[in-house]
Amino acid sequence: MTVDPTPAEPILRIRGLHKRFGDNHVLRGINLDVMPGDRIAVLGASGSGKSTFLRCLNFMEIPSEGEITLEGTMLGRALRDGSRDYPESTLPAVRQRIGMVFQQFNLFPHMTTLGNVTEGLRIVQHRDRATSEARAMQELTRVGLAEKAQEYPARLSGGQKQRVAIARALALDPQLMLFDEPTSALDPELVGEVLGVIRSLAEEGRTMLLVTHEVGFAYHVANRVIFMADGIIQEEGPPDQVLKAPQNPRTQAFLARHKQFEF
Amino acid sequence: MMEYNWDFASVFMSHEALVVGLIGTLRIFIICLVAGLSLGLVVGLARYSRRRALRWPAAVFVEFFRNTPVLVQIFWFYFAFPILAPFDISPLMAAALGITLNSAAFSAEIYRGGITSIDPGQWEAARAIGMGYLQIMRRIILPQALRRMLPALTNRGIEILKMTTLASAIAYGELLHQARLIASINYNPIEAYTVVALAFFVILYPIVRATYALERRMAKGD
Repeated sequence: MTVDPTPAEPILRIRGLHKRFGDNHVLRGINLDVMPGDRIAVLGASGSGKSTFLRCLNFMEIPSEGEITLEGTMLGRALRDGSRDYPESTLPAVRQRIGMVFQQFNLFPHMTTLGNVTEGLRIVQHRDRATSEARAMQELTRVGLAEKAQEYPARLSGGQKQRVAIARALALDPQLMLFDEPTSALDPELVGEVLGVIRSLAEEGRTMLLVTHEVGFAYHVANRVIFMADGIIQEEGPPDQVLKAPQNPRTQAFLARHKQFEF
Repeated sequence: MMEYNWDFASVFMSHEALVVGLIGTLRIFIICLVAGLSLGLVVGLARYSRRRALRWPAAVFVEFFRNTPVLVQIFWFYFAFPILAPFDISPLMAAALGITLNSAAFSAEIYRGGITSIDPGQWEAARAIGMGYLQIMRRIILPQALRRMLPALTNRGIEILKMTTLASAIAYGELLHQARLIASINYNPIEAYTVVALAFFVILYPIVRATYALERRMAKGD
């Protein structure tokens, strides 16, 4: 009998997560434990609910049902009927701990690169200007854009914009990073620089969930792969298992359509 | 064609009365500009709110004051309101109230349009770094929306200044009212009203030019 003396606590524990948009039942009961250092790739066809799933985790969408526990604290408050609600005033604290990177970058166009990265530090965390700028420059250096600090987003390429967006999220020291198709809006020749940054974060041991169509990238960077269809997790496991020897026929069909990817 | 002897000298001899009028006009203009555009922002935000309890009263307010004449509102506040309420109301207050509420209703629509024109991704990105509603409005949405709304808000400002002449109807001493006084004393209405028209032009034109320049400067960040 082996007893782990300090069983690691999941960063995120997700139980019975449902999301409905009116009559459209998008998520139909998702369970997942995200452990420290996990790099989880979420695959699935469009409409499978994978983006909605990610967006529920930092409450860009409010879950219709289910429980989300962040480092031991269950989020939201229980209502009398057993469901939970998430008062808007409680969410900023949660979101600072869960960074998110969007498909469309969503940089603030009226602020410089540096302004984008310091915004959360200064306005949300109330750090002084010097501290914020020093911290922001660390992250801009990490994504290789220190020399673009004074540029406005309009003057940056798509790949540069996405790297600034990553720096903006990292500046707040989140325990978990969510990437929602971070390269889908990029010209093919710009995909590599963004994936390179994400890969270096993975190698540092950052915990992340990544919704992506880049099956090859998922194979090399993720330690766990999730395949979603019809709003549930159809198959989950290490990349060698899910991507090379999928058991679920839905996974097999999906991967057959992505055969052009070489591992 | 009739011969007419222009007599501007008689108007300018009454320049003290004109200065009083100018001050009166500017006073009511400043009050209505600040109060109207501020109240308009509040009403515009309420119209955009997710809460029905805010959205409905705001919609009723906008439709009521947009679709009734300002002059009637001013008369109503000046003559009818004191009968219902236990206090008197000065001509300045009545006129300022009418023009302010009207401007708030129109500018609310400008704010609402400007705010909804901002990409929802901006809200999401700001929320994702932990910003709250007021922080997002102040730091992210309004700075971008104001840039787009500037031409429409400039128009509102121009309208407000021109609407101040309505206050003459309840004998508030602004430019038009003073000009009418001068005209009735000197029998020179053509000159008096010409001077008033020119005075408005001289005030407004530089402001309009300045906002053009401001628009060009703000467009540089894009």
